[in-house]
Amino acid sequence: MNTGKKRRQAVVEKKDCVACGCCVKVCPKEAITVIGGLFAQVDTDRCVGCGKCAKECPASVIEMREVTA
Amino acid sequence: MKKHWYDYLWILSSLYLILGFFNILFAWLGLLCFFIPLIIAAVRGTKGYCNRYCGRGQLFGLLGGRFGLSRKKDIPKWMKSKGFRYGFLIFFFAMFFVMLWNTYLVFAGAGELKQVVTLLWTFKLPWHWAYHGTLFHPGVAQFAFGFYSVMLTSTVLGLITMVLFKPRSWCVYCPMGTMTQLICRARNGKA
Repeated sequence: MNTGKKRRQAVVEKKDCVACGCCVKVCPKEAITVIGGLFAQVDTDRCVGCGKCAKECPASVIEMREVTA
Repeated sequence: MKKHWYDYLWILSSLYLILGFFNILFAWLGLLCFFIPLIIAAVRGTKGYCNRYCGRGQLFGLLGGRFGLSRKKDIPKWMKSKGFRYGFLIFFFAMFFVMLWNTYLVFAGAGELKQVVTLLWTFKLPWHWAYHGTLFHPGVAQFAFGFYSVMLTSTVLGLITMVLFKPRSWCVYCPMGTMTQLICRARNGKA
């Protein structure tokens, strides 16, 4: 759905992700999953942009970005 | 968020470190932290161990997060690079094989049991008070001293990076984590 509104979302830099799953644990919306032990993936429909995962990520590979949704 | 039984595994990890102060033979239990992650990665192709069951990660999360013993700063770029992660894995394994070799020497009767715990691969700490003899070969005890050294060393490194950077910074360069991720990559294709 494209409403033209801007909102914050978590974006994972997959190539540097260590797949530890810290982000999964803190996400209040269960919007992140670790795929095949390789990287974390954000469900953009569920992410509310709270930024908890970005704060928790020990490798600091999650960034909060403005996206048009 | 709902707590699960596996959210309390940090208790076992702490207990493991404490038991090593009383009887070094408990160090053998640490092999579980070696084989379970590898089995999960090989059989299921996930980092389920890191994601759910790693008690050490939980312990760092608790001390650095809940108890605030962490600056919560970004880890330096080079520490999360592939080069450092793989390099540390190789170094860790080299040291591990040296430890196995020393154990072998004791089993073969060519070396004597050394009742010391080696911290950071350098500092030899007297640890005789945690050894009360063994029903088995002295080599069994030598392995325990060696393995406990590995576990204590990695915990100390993890605590240091916990304080300096984010609570679970250890997870970034944890050799088990790097290895299970490599297994997952081999199984599930490139990231």
